[in-house]
Amino acid sequence: MVTMAIEAEGLTRSFGDFVAVNNLELHIPEKTIYGFLGPNGCGKSTTMRLLTGLLTPSAGHVRVLGIDIPKGAEALRLRLGYMTQQFSLYDNLTIEENLKFIARIYNLPARKAKTRIEQQLSDFGLDQRRKRMTGSLSGGQRQRLALAAATLHQPELLLLDESTSAVDPENRRDFWEMLFDLCEQDTTILVSTHYMDEAERCHHLAIMESGCKRADGSPKALMANIGAHVLEVDGDNLRQVKATLDILPEVLSTAQQGTYLRVLVDERVTTPDHWLVRQQPALLTGRTIRKVRPSLEDVFIQCTGQERRQ
Amino acid sequence: MNSLQRILAIFLKELRQLARDKPTFGLVVMIPLIQLLLFGYAINTDVRHLPVAVVDLAQTSGSRAMVAAVQASQVADVTHHEYSVLQAEDVIRRGDVRAVLIIPHDFEQRMARREIAAQWLVDGADTMISNVIKQLSNMPPSAIPGYFFETPEPLFQIMLYYNPEQRAVVNIVPGLVGVILTMTMIMFTSAALVRERELGNLELLITTPVKSVELMIGKIVPYIFIGLLQVWIILTLGYLIFSVPIDGSVAQILWATLLFISASLTLGLIISTIATTQLQAMQMTVFVLLPSILLSGFMFPFEGMPRAAQWLAELLPATHYMRLMRGIILRGASIGHMWPDVIALAALALFGIVVAAMRFKKTLD
Repeated sequence: MVTMAIEAEGLTRSFGDFVAVNNLELHIPEKTIYGFLGPNGCGKSTTMRLLTGLLTPSAGHVRVLGIDIPKGAEALRLRLGYMTQQFSLYDNLTIEENLKFIARIYNLPARKAKTRIEQQLSDFGLDQRRKRMTGSLSGGQRQRLALAAATLHQPELLLLDESTSAVDPENRRDFWEMLFDLCEQDTTILVSTHYMDEAERCHHLAIMESGCKRADGSPKALMANIGAHVLEVDGDNLRQVKATLDILPEVLSTAQQGTYLRVLVDERVTTPDHWLVRQQPALLTGRTIRKVRPSLEDVFIQCTGQERRQ
Repeated sequence: MNSLQRILAIFLKELRQLARDKPTFGLVVMIPLIQLLLFGYAINTDVRHLPVAVVDLAQTSGSRAMVAAVQASQVADVTHHEYSVLQAEDVIRRGDVRAVLIIPHDFEQRMARREIAAQWLVDGADTMISNVIKQLSNMPPSAIPGYFFETPEPLFQIMLYYNPEQRAVVNIVPGLVGVILTMTMIMFTSAALVRERELGNLELLITTPVKSVELMIGKIVPYIFIGLLQVWIILTLGYLIFSVPIDGSVAQILWATLLFISASLTLGLIISTIATTQLQAMQMTVFVLLPSILLSGFMFPFEGMPRAAQWLAELLPATHYMRLMRGIILRGASIGHMWPDVIALAALALFGIVVAAMRFKKTLD
């Protein structure tokens, strides 16, 4: 039996007329990396804030690490690490001073604080720069520092709210290596992102749109159960091809990728490549049409496209 | 033309943003409106109705007529009747009255001999006040009912207490402590918390085990020391450069200052829970600072202001602190002598911390 780090039922939060999170159900197993994937404004941040008790839900139940939220929010804080969207440590303190500050805030005993800070500085490659002012650090360094601070008190649950949106791909890669190390050490990690490559690294994923969960599962399972055929069409005049295909109800989406047009066709259509040619023989005969493996982006578009198409 | 269009675009955007930034917009209108009304009415250097005490040792119909004549001048209101000079000196030290009229036993004889008939003991710290009393000494004997002669001698002798050389700086320096502390204490605390919010630090802090009261206390304590340092600088320089005497005890100054700092800091905290940007915090600070300079008795005598302005001034920590500091430093009074001001400061501080803690929530709702 897998223990759940987070369980939420009917979680809803509205701001006035606007429903930011709508009847959300979550079962997040512990010691895994769980991702919220969705466009900006889909309710990822609000969900995270609801789970930490920073916001009070309008309706629904939340249990985090066995604690009822928001009632037990204060007790949860000691077991929780939170990395915000915006860098939120102090620019006019040095790296070491920032970590010392956090250690004190979490009441780490002096001896433990000292060894933890040393450990974090070396783990995150910051020990050479410990006396540097935080304001003068690069984006990647700041991010490592933020993670070092968020995990200084060895939280059981770590929340990362679009924490990687401001760094380059290489730094993001290193960052994820560190996340897997933490996960290995029994930390449950919750990530919100709008990057496909990041989402693909998660153990489990929830695709969100307009405050609702559209799909969830492991990235592999999501891609396997996409419910659509993915085809690549090549040749000239792709803009024109796109325009003619977009109006067909069976075509779920089209997207140009360089010299290809990527077409998602409803899975109820059999032999989609032939079907496609039949629809526009004049335009499509003679082009190479290949059926390819779905990517996570295809899944994302398939899940979140319904509203756009209607 | 293009340039003009771009300027127009920016102008309209700015206007729209300003209209949506309710607090700033409010201040744009309120600052000139309220402050103008306040100061237009309140700043009045024609001082009238100074509270004075009378020690009538003669107790004759002539002496009572003189008291009535003083009262009739409207310059002074007789608020206290004392029976000895010692008692009178005590009420003046407390700051209850600004001057004492002493009518000697031999008042009638002196009048008959056409000598100086009575004496004013004046709190000379504020030169504007003492000038008003000096004008009273020009009162001719014929102003007193029942006396019809003129004398070459003035009717009164004036005794200036606390600032005999009549140097304005003696009164200004202790008051300046209050103004500077108001400025720094309120501005620093209000900006400090707002800055955390603006830079996103608060978003992190509220996810940690820090409680809101802990956060507030942790933020204001450093400023208490800054405030004490400022008091020390001003008073030391005042003593060395302007030879402002310090008659009271340093411990008394310390207690009064700590009280005032607490009241100002909590006011700053309230502002920090209302303002969303540092600019707003600054504007609100000015909103408090201007009346603290103009209404607290720092620049103009409290007695010259209309009743409504005086009530408003009583709500400002600076008014009470100004009285305490001038009392302690210039008149050698103790804070026990001026307990109403002590209680007022303590009440303002308590009120401030309660309101600020209630308004500062550790959630983002």
